[in-house]
Amino acid sequence: MNKNFLAYIVSLLLLGGAIVLGVTIGTVPISPVVLFNPKFDETAANILWNIRMPRVVLAGLVGAALAIAGAAFQGLLKNPLADPYTLGVSSGASVGAVMTLFFGISLPFLGTFTLPVMSMIGALLTMFMVMGFAKLVDRSMKMETVILTGIIFSSFLGSVISLMIALTGEELRQIIGWLLGSVSMRGWPYVQMALPFIGIGSFVLWLNRRELNAMLFGEERAQHLGVDVKKRKLSILIGGSVLTGAAVAVSGTIGFIGLVVPHMTRLVWGSDHRHLLPLSFINGAALLIVCDLLARTIISPTELPIGVITSFIGAPVFAYIFFRQRKGGSMNA
Amino acid sequence: MLEIQNLSGGYGEKKIIEDVSFRVEKGEMLGILGPNGSGKSTLMKLMSGVLPFKEGTITVDGKQITDFPPKQLARTMAVLPQLHVHAFSHSVRETVSLGRYPHQSGWFSSWSKEDENSVVEAMRLMDISHYEKSQIDQLSGGEQQRVFVAQALAQNASILLLDEPTNHLDINHQKELLDTIKKQAIEKDLTIVSIFHDINLAAMYCDKLLLLDKGRIYRIGEPHEVVREHDVEAVYKTRVSNHPHPELPKPQITLLPNVKRDISSAQIRAEDFSISSKMVLYRSRVPLKTVSSAVVNPGSGWFRNFMNRHVDASYNIDNSLEEMKGFIEKNELKSTDTVGMMTAVQTRHAIVKEYEGTFGSVVIAVTAGVGNGVDVSKAVERTMHVGTINTWIMVNGSLSEEAFIQAMITATEAKTKALQQEQVMDPLTGTIATGTSTDSCLVAATQQGEYLPYAGPVTEIGKLIGRGVFECTVEGIKAYREAKKA
Repeated sequence: MNKNFLAYIVSLLLLGGAIVLGVTIGTVPISPVVLFNPKFDETAANILWNIRMPRVVLAGLVGAALAIAGAAFQGLLKNPLADPYTLGVSSGASVGAVMTLFFGISLPFLGTFTLPVMSMIGALLTMFMVMGFAKLVDRSMKMETVILTGIIFSSFLGSVISLMIALTGEELRQIIGWLLGSVSMRGWPYVQMALPFIGIGSFVLWLNRRELNAMLFGEERAQHLGVDVKKRKLSILIGGSVLTGAAVAVSGTIGFIGLVVPHMTRLVWGSDHRHLLPLSFINGAALLIVCDLLARTIISPTELPIGVITSFIGAPVFAYIFFRQRKGGSMNA
Repeated sequence: MLEIQNLSGGYGEKKIIEDVSFRVEKGEMLGILGPNGSGKSTLMKLMSGVLPFKEGTITVDGKQITDFPPKQLARTMAVLPQLHVHAFSHSVRETVSLGRYPHQSGWFSSWSKEDENSVVEAMRLMDISHYEKSQIDQLSGGEQQRVFVAQALAQNASILLLDEPTNHLDINHQKELLDTIKKQAIEKDLTIVSIFHDINLAAMYCDKLLLLDKGRIYRIGEPHEVVREHDVEAVYKTRVSNHPHPELPKPQITLLPNVKRDISSAQIRAEDFSISSKMVLYRSRVPLKTVSSAVVNPGSGWFRNFMNRHVDASYNIDNSLEEMKGFIEKNELKSTDTVGMMTAVQTRHAIVKEYEGTFGSVVIAVTAGVGNGVDVSKAVERTMHVGTINTWIMVNGSLSEEAFIQAMITATEAKTKALQQEQVMDPLTGTIATGTSTDSCLVAATQQGEYLPYAGPVTEIGKLIGRGVFECTVEGIKAYREAKKA
């Protein structure tokens, strides 16, 4: 119990630190005091609450969503390389989103929620197709098979997006910028759009925390232990897809967060999903806030797409995990 | 109680299990045996509900298992599958705790006192408490296996399905694990079904065995009904030999490999016996199958060296076995490869003779000391005295199990006749002695050449043994008396 308590304290402190850094550092440095006392500097408070804070919160939500989804996908597939990005789910969500923009789709009753909902549908459909195809290729769903299938689908869906961009013509830069992933200039409406879905998706995954623990030993073993595997699997896939869809809808495809965060969290705090899921959520938020901070300050005033930063960190970690898996059997801790 | 009726099923259209029916009572352990690919694991999967079955019924206490919701099924039936490699690692305690999953409900289901007790108890039973904090992938295969058995025990189910529970375990842990499971079965009235690779282990621990062949029941019943040479050979397609367990009333089998024994002409010859004042020694080039009542290595076995050692009449050592082994080693023989007897008779008076037959020959070696003749038909209070007739029957031939015993009977009868002829008396009863108080007998055979199924007194070999033992014993007694007179 002590270790877990410590884990939450450390993670929350890191998140708090990341938020404070995220809202204070920038082209106009702002004193942290403004956070608690807006009267101290009204202009700064305005920038902080209307520009930086929504950006930081959005980055946090997206990071949290991708990280907890990654943790769940990894547990479900017993595959340490699985995350929304490597499985091609992010690409599927992008296709859903781009299609919405391209065709100007607006679903009845959903209004502004059309985009995230279409993203989620794209994510879920892709997830099912990837899983189905991987199973068709190799019943045992080996790690490499699943990832390779993800790459195949990513490539294909990428070309669909490229096609739509090519056909659009004008808004090219905007869509490409969005595709590379960004949380800039979104404002509070985007936070409002993503929050309910990320809340629901995370809660659904958290409800499956014990089942995920059981499924680490294989679906058959989980069934022996009394897990309603079909039902739970479906709810985890839906939960993960909702999270991915919501994240992609507001920020584009940001890779590897869902891979790196659960891996690091597992390494430090263990692989019990009862804690891995919430801790990944918190740490994912913190990491993406820091990545966004780096993206906008590292070669300031030019802003890098945040996906560049996450891939820069994520790809080597991906390579490392793959190496360890092939060399040393299973992952410790 | 678990009852399976006319169960059929498999993967896709293919039926792997066909028309299997059996029932296992509470407190009973059923072992499933069968060669690779006979459908053992498939049967287990059908029974555990992981693989839907096509025909038949599986009922627990009269209720169909297909009607059980997943968690209730897991509270009723715990399954131990074969060990798999995992991508992520849990600690031992976390792993065992998962066994409590079916007992927890609700969104925030908390850890109850009962959960905790079950986990601690399961870890204690499997002797893994001391590494509860270790990660399972850092444990050896055998330790991991015990962790998963503990997980299954923590489920507190009344039915246990085990798929080769002793996989990866050394013999001590095999025994410990099965002892524990068996004890649980009896104490908690569990119903246990377990797949076994090892027929002997299954026979030792199970109340009933089921021999599966090509997805069908080949034989089912108590171990003695199933573990039979003919059936095992028919199903496993390999030669085996049946023998009883030394302590339990359970049958065991031994593989008969197709490796040929070294048949470099092993002939037992009378002239190859070395006789000195210290001992009679015969050294064979190949191991001889031996049955004896010797001091060192009695019972049956395969041995190369045969020693009949002279000891003083006053020889009286507490640990004579160890002393005798030491003596054998001192003579540069291996005590594990030597049958050793003792006698107070001067071994240079030993009589060794060879008797030719059509099948081969028999060498008889006798040392006879008749100072303490005993009439076995008179029940008189006696003390043990040294005064031994040691009889060796060494056969150049291949004896059956019963021939070994018949050879002994025949030899004993001939010896008794020799004592009668020589008027050896029992000093206590005043009647003719039938032997002495510490006589010993040994039958050894090369197990080459002609197969001799019987060795009773009217068989050719029986006749040779009878005549040979009689003659040699008579001569031995005479030599002994000569020596006494001198």
